[in-house]
Amino acid sequence: MAYSYLEFERPIAELTEKIDELSQMGADSEVNIADEVERLRKKRDKLVEQTYSKADRGQMAQLSRHPDRPNFLDYVPMLFDDFQELHGDRAFADDGAIVGGIAKFRELSVMIVGHQKGRNTKEKLKRNFGMARPEGYRKALRLFKLAERFDMPVLTFIDTAGAWPGIDAEERGQSEAIARNLMDLAVLKVPVICTVIGEGGSGGALAIGVGDRLFMQQLTIYSVISPEGCAAILWRDRKFADEAAEALKPTAKDLETLNLIDAIIPEPAEGAHRNPEAAAEMMADVLDKALRELLKTPVEKLLEAREARLRQLGVFNGE
Amino acid sequence: MSWLTRLIESPKSILSSSDSSSAPEGMWLKCPGCSETLYNKDLIRSKMVCSKCNEHLRIEAEKRASFLFDVDTFEEHDTTLKSVDSLNFKDKKRYKDRIKDANKKAGNSDAIRNYLGDIKGQITSASIFDFNYMGGSMGSVVGEKIVRGMERAIEYQCPYLLITASGGARMQEGVLSLMQMAKTSSVANRLNEAKLPFVCLLTDPTMGGVSASVAWLGDVILAEPKALIGFAGPRVIQETVGEKLPEGFQRSEFLLEHGLIDAIVDRRELPAHLKMLFEHLMHRAYRQAG
Repeated sequence: MAYSYLEFERPIAELTEKIDELSQMGADSEVNIADEVERLRKKRDKLVEQTYSKADRGQMAQLSRHPDRPNFLDYVPMLFDDFQELHGDRAFADDGAIVGGIAKFRELSVMIVGHQKGRNTKEKLKRNFGMARPEGYRKALRLFKLAERFDMPVLTFIDTAGAWPGIDAEERGQSEAIARNLMDLAVLKVPVICTVIGEGGSGGALAIGVGDRLFMQQLTIYSVISPEGCAAILWRDRKFADEAAEALKPTAKDLETLNLIDAIIPEPAEGAHRNPEAAAEMMADVLDKALRELLKTPVEKLLEAREARLRQLGVFNGE
Repeated sequence: MSWLTRLIESPKSILSSSDSSSAPEGMWLKCPGCSETLYNKDLIRSKMVCSKCNEHLRIEAEKRASFLFDVDTFEEHDTTLKSVDSLNFKDKKRYKDRIKDANKKAGNSDAIRNYLGDIKGQITSASIFDFNYMGGSMGSVVGEKIVRGMERAIEYQCPYLLITASGGARMQEGVLSLMQMAKTSSVANRLNEAKLPFVCLLTDPTMGGVSASVAWLGDVILAEPKALIGFAGPRVIQETVGEKLPEGFQRSEFLLEHGLIDAIVDRRELPAHLKMLFEHLMHRAYRQAG
């Protein structure tokens, strides 16, 4: 499989190429170069570890949108069985940027809803790059209510640059659609677990991101505005996106420090973009634990806790 | 994406800067709508609406409160809440310094002021955004004040009125500001449960994170004439879609036509309009019929 590499991943790519070449040579030649290959592999492991653990916030933003990063629909077969997609908002259209349906998660029927960015050009267009229109949020809300009616926990997967900024979206009430989801998710009478699996972009992310638990995978970001957008406004130049990323503090670690997430879901050393199966397994364990815990909580207690959780958000002085 | 900064710097805000309220009587102002020169005293009498072209000038929260409530019946609340720079945010300027400057420019109430007072005799809890204060952006203090305004309505069993004027979430508070959308929207449910009227009045401008949360959650959504209201800024949309934006796009009249708001209300008629609306919503026909 042909991988894509980000600029700062180049050294990893080069080393990997070298290892591949050497391994091939080793098969053809008489010389035993296994030791050398082994040495280089160890070197690469170390390089991988360093590259991702030392990535600055601008690089983390790039990683969260890595072209090889698994999409929601890549994870679905790894995490769930018997997925039945449910389409449409019953009013206007079926928005491909948000996918939802019923699936089995470790023997439990759950409602799953996530942004789908799309892998190739054709799918990206079909999915509008994961930027939903009002009908996408309204489809999500319809599925949340359906889940509530049948005592089905809700699992959401966030991966969007943001809600679609288009004429059509405004005409159909983008603001209202997002707002309604925030309000109704806050009192949905089933457990809601939200996970950022890539880019958590602003209100478009939050519209499926209010619940009892919020998790972020290790190499993801969640931000009020994209670093580029922030740079355009505050620096008046998108070139300052890295500076903006530093200022916005959008990484999983940052949100953990701010007490805004419940846990960081670890990723394999080489990142979810190189080993999606391992990433899915790590995610499944966290989701499973949270889900079973929430299902043991009576609904009134669940809603009380969610309300308290939302009520206390924010940092300020004074009384 | 600098539509926000453009809005802040647009000529309209010159009129709504704190200078105008402290300006000596008799000062003349130029209407941003029709360029008519207007006498300040007349403008105050007409609630900062141009008598010639009906332009609703942007006004600060304090002035709005004085236009809205019955004389001597209202009081500002929650004034001790102060923004904190928890991210140590710095762009070209530090957030700490922006707060200081905003305090100097628009007073110490952050970007929203909470009031309890009578509107034509009906006690009402109101939160009024102040666009002069960092573009009316919603950070932790604004979120907390909105929630307290709602809770005050529940305490007094009275309506809650939210008057918006905001560029959106306050970027300088990072994702904490985004979370204010979830916080305020969540507490709006409690007004629903308490069966208390929640009315939103959207004024120029109401955008981004404020628009996409609490501003659209009222039982009734009103707007002032010609206000710019929407999720994404017009320039962002133009850059994204590369098409010319329709005439009147994202203005109150456009929203009304697209079924997104209930009504457009003239500022001068707002108290009477609200009084009637609250009366209807709190009448409770079942109870009245015994």
